[in-house]
Parts: sequence; C-alpha cells; structure tokens
Amino acid sequence: MADYRELWESLDMDLEKHDELCQVLPEFYGDIYMTQEKRPEGMNYFNFVISEIHGLRIKELNEHRKNGKKVFGSFCVFVPDEVILAADGIGVGLCGGSEFWVPDGEKVLPRNMCPLIKASVGAKISGTCPYFQSADMLVGETTCDGKKKAWEILEDYIPMHVMDLPQMKREKDKENFKDEIKIFKEKVEEVTGNKVSAESLKETIKLVNNKRKTLQRLYNTRKAENLPISGKDALLITQVAFYDDTNRFIDKVNELCDELENRIEEKVSVFKEGTPRILLTGTPMAIPNWKMHHLIETSGGAVVCEEACTGTKYFERLVDEDNEDLDSQLRALSERYMGINCACFSPNDGRIDDIIRLYKEYNADGVIYNSLPFCHTYAIEYKKVKDALEKEGIPVIMIETDYSLQDAGQINTRLEAFFEMINMNKELAI
Amino acid sequence: MYSIGIDAGSVATKGVLFNGNIVDSIIIPTGWSPKGASLKILDKLIERNKISRDDIKHIIGTGYGRISMGFVDKTITEISCHAKGAYHLNSNIRTILDIGGQDSKVISLDDKGNVINFVMNDKCAAGTGKFLEVTLNNLGIDVRDIDNYAKGSKPADISSMCTVFAESEIVSLLAVGKKKEEIASGVLYSIANKSYSLLNRINIKDNIAFTGGVASSKELKNILETKLKKKIYTSSNTQIVGALGAAVIGFNLK
Repeated sequence: MADYRELWESLDMDLEKHDELCQVLPEFYGDIYMTQEKRPEGMNYFNFVISEIHGLRIKELNEHRKNGKKVFGSFCVFVPDEVILAADGIGVGLCGGSEFWVPDGEKVLPRNMCPLIKASVGAKISGTCPYFQSADMLVGETTCDGKKKAWEILEDYIPMHVMDLPQMKREKDKENFKDEIKIFKEKVEEVTGNKVSAESLKETIKLVNNKRKTLQRLYNTRKAENLPISGKDALLITQVAFYDDTNRFIDKVNELCDELENRIEEKVSVFKEGTPRILLTGTPMAIPNWKMHHLIETSGGAVVCEEACTGTKYFERLVDEDNEDLDSQLRALSERYMGINCACFSPNDGRIDDIIRLYKEYNADGVIYNSLPFCHTYAIEYKKVKDALEKEGIPVIMIETDYSLQDAGQINTRLEAFFEMINMNKELAI
Repeated sequence: MYSIGIDAGSVATKGVLFNGNIVDSIIIPTGWSPKGASLKILDKLIERNKISRDDIKHIIGTGYGRISMGFVDKTITEISCHAKGAYHLNSNIRTILDIGGQDSKVISLDDKGNVINFVMNDKCAAGTGKFLEVTLNNLGIDVRDIDNYAKGSKPADISSMCTVFAESEIVSLLAVGKKKEEIASGVLYSIANKSYSLLNRINIKDNIAFTGGVASSKELKNILETKLKKKIYTSSNTQIVGALGAAVIGFNLK
C-alpha cells in the first residue's frame, strides 16, 4: 500500500492504533482468501480493493470532498442510496466486522450486546476507521433497540440522521416509510446543498437497480451445479458493494460474471463433486467478518447463497423505474425497501418464504442459521424458521457466534457433523 | 478382519477393537497430548490382542482430538460415531443424550441408526463433565463417588448454569452450613435440568440412550428418568460408545 499517513492524519485518525489494525489485516485476509484454489481471475480486482481498503478508496472519497461532495455513512440496507446519489452525494457502508473494535465499543456500551454495534461504535470512537472519519453525516435507522440507542451515543461524535423504520408492513407503514424517505431527502439536500429532482432521482434509481441486477447476475452463477466461485468470494463482493464506486463496481462484477459464466459452460468448479451446498441465513456480515463462510468452506461445505443483508436482502427486487414525479418515485422506493424481510418486522413470514424459495433456487442441501450473540430478533425468529423448514424436510442447524475465533473448533465439529448427516441422507436417497 | 475406533475426548481417550463384536476396549487419560494418547491406544490394542497392523482394515478417529491423528484412515465427528455406537448396542435407540468432558449433545436417529438431527450445548461448560469435576472438587469428592453422596439426599438449590458461578454458589452454600451430600445432589439436579432443556430442543423419541463419561452416574440417570417420565438406557461402559461407533463405521467402510 502507498503511504497514506498524511491523509489519515488529516482525518484525525489514531495512527498508532490504526497501524496495529493494518498489521493484522493482510495476514488475516491472506490466510482466509489467498489459500483458496482455482480462484477466478476476476477476484484480483477485489484483492486489490481489500489491499487498498483504507487507502485508495479513502483518497477518492476525500478528493470528492475537496470538490464539495458530501459523504454519508450508513449501517443498513434500508438507507436508500438512490436519494444520496441523486443529490450528488456518496454513500458508504460502515465498518463493524472485526473484534479489533469491540474493546473500544465496550468503553461506552454495555458488554452484553451485539458485536456489530460494539465494533461500529468502537471504530468511530477509536478513530481507526477512515470511512467513519471521511463521513460528513451518519445515517442510522431503527431496526433494533441496540442500534437505536447507540445512535444517541454516536451523536456526540458526528452529525447523525436517524430514519424511523416501521416495524410492521401494513399500508400505513409503507406510507410512513415513504414519508421518512422524504424527510431523509430534505436532510440530504440540506447537507449537500443540492436539490433532488425527479430527473436526477430517475437516473439514480436506474443506476442502483443496475447494481442490483449485476449482483443478481453474480448470484445466478451460484445456482449452477458446478460452483464457479466460492461462497467466501461472493460474500466479499457483496461486502465491497457497500463501499465501492457504483459504476466501477458494476463494470468489475460484470467482467467477473463473464468469466464465471464461461466456467459454468466448461464445468469448472471450485469445490469437489458432492460438496454439500449450504444456504446461509441470518445476521449481516460486515467486513472483515468472513468467519462462518471460512469455517463452512474449510469443514467440507460450500456456501451457495446468503439470505442476509450482506446477500439477497441487499439486491433482490428492483425499484419501479417508470415514475416521472418525485411523489411516485418516493412511493416506489418505499415499496422496494419495505419489501425487505428483516427480522425487525412483526410478523415476518416473508422471510420464511424467501428461505424456502432460495433453498430450492440454489439447489441447497441444508440451511445454516447464523446469528450474532444478543441479536434478539434473529435469535427468536429461529424457532419459526426451524419449524417451517422441518415441515419441508430441509435440514437446518443454528450457530450463534461472534467475531472471535475461540469457538472455531466446536463450530467445526458441528458443521462437520451436519455435513456428515447431509451426505448420509444423500447416499440413502440414491 | 478387524477395525479400530479411537475417540480422543477432552478428558479421556477411548479405543475399541472390533470384528463385528467388541473384541477389546481401552480407556486412558488424554493428558496434554491427544495424539500421544491415541497412538498409545493403537499400540496397546494391537499388542495385547496379539494381532498385526495388517489385520486391521480401517482405523477411524473421532472426538475433539481427531484432527491430531495423522495415522488414521478417516476422521468422523463424535456425533455420527455416538449414533452408530449406541445403535450397535441397541437398535431400538432413537434419541441419545451424551455428556462428555467438555460438551453435551442430543442426537436424534432414524430407524437405521442414521443421524437426523442434533443439538449441542453452547461453548461454555454448563452441564458437562467439566462442570461436575470442578464443582465436586470444591467438596473434596471424587467424581466416581458422586452417587454415594448424592443418593437419597435432599438436593440443595444450585441455580447457576455457569461452572465458575456455580463454584462460588457452592462456597456460599457451604458457608451457610449445607451438607456435602445435599450439594452433591444439587449438582446432579443442575446437570439434569440443563440436559432436560437440551433434550427438549429436539423431538424426543423412544428409546433414549444416555452415553458419555457422566452417564456412569446411576443417580443422574434416575433423576433424568423422573423428569422425562421415560426409561433411559445406559450401557455398562458408557464411555466407549463413541469409539465403538468409529470402529463400527470403520468395519463397514469399503
């Protein structure tokens, strides 16, 4: 990586502490990613993005800022990027996937809460995440009690805007969220000094839809019998989608998809025949949280799809593009976003339908339900999901784990046993 | 022709020599080296039964130490092995409760002895052999003598599932003058409660087998039977069920 110390210093970062982070990340990434065999050529771009994750992209963001653009940091798939882009702003997903930030988070938050929130808050207050440092405003939402209350603490460190996400899906809730998007639009206009017009919003709705279509194309390649890409690599791409320049990301993923579609034609697989195909469902996996994918794919399984915020929730379903006035566009945005089946909604039967549908579409052999500790909504929802899957005869296992690797051995045993069970049942079926 | 199953657990390493029936079995402490303990078992089984390595078709490793056994033909998790072992001993078994040194698990079987579902305790030692060992250590009672103390005593109430908290809870109980016997009985009730909730996370079907080192306690078995209102089966040597399952799998392996 080039020398970015001056840039980091200008962002008021804790350089010494940040050095510690920079020292561990390349080895961590190398152990998990570079040890994979037969990786697609197109992954080189993503290797590069990760190697420059606190460098080149930060430089880009700060050049934009010098030219008067504003950066909005967000934590959730409910924040409409279309609105930010339409006001010529830039949206970035924020850090929160490493144990490194947890102790700093615990300085201001209770210990008994989700590691994603602790790490996000820790990343900000320790001044070691250049994305937080490059943001002009953070955009929160009310998807869980932990985040809701954490915003009140983060507000002391950086300007915050919080979107009130309804927790039910009645007609009035969709109207309410449309209203929330309108309030958000006005906030973005105020911060950027740019008006959002029907024309600019129409354009960015198309752009973000294109990004979704590109990810859909990528995920479609994972439905093939011969898997042209590992689950780990696909997860990385989805994670990078939250950070990268939208147009460049679309181009690079499409290039990769050309290669992957060729691989499918040529029956190239990155896994050996008969590897159990796993649908992973549950809580989001922020960079650099690759733990479950790594454990699954080193204990004899392959992840074929993620029913998660870092997965299908991010890109399934498009926003209707055929609206000419702001009011109908905002309504169309609300329709699309309120269609996400997050565990914060009650009831949330749509998620069960999604899991069963994806299980079939991706020809999965089993479902792994993954939850971060203290995520009540996802942990409680397991009961309903499990009952529904058992009725369908779909094998499912629940694994609750945080970012640390202390329980890796125990999880490996559970996963191996789960795969042994799946393989045994497959043999019997033949 | 023979097969050997070796189960390297956190406390003990177990080995079974098998030829369709159990020919011989050995249990030794795992100590600090699961690999060393496994090799020792292999050598002993061969030596004391006067057979040669060539007589052994397959050696299967299981238990948490399986990853250190470079010399085996295959490693298989203790979940699949316990299922096979218990089913070999009694083909009517459909549910297994296994409590080992560092984990406890419940396994559900179909009528051919295949695993159809399983649940394990979380990463802490609550309700495992380690819990028993640590808490009894406080009372100066050897794990093997637990039944002598607990039998017929009124159980003291131990509400902590966590091993560390239970330890301090016992110190408090001793301080208020509770008898050793009452506390020992309380410890067993605590494990039974934890096992009961684990069992209820899957469909409990008859017959139920109780395996693993902790299943040596007849008193715990009685408490569980009362709670479940069902009969539970144990084998005379509950500790070798995993190793036996590994040997059975090895024997049937092509």
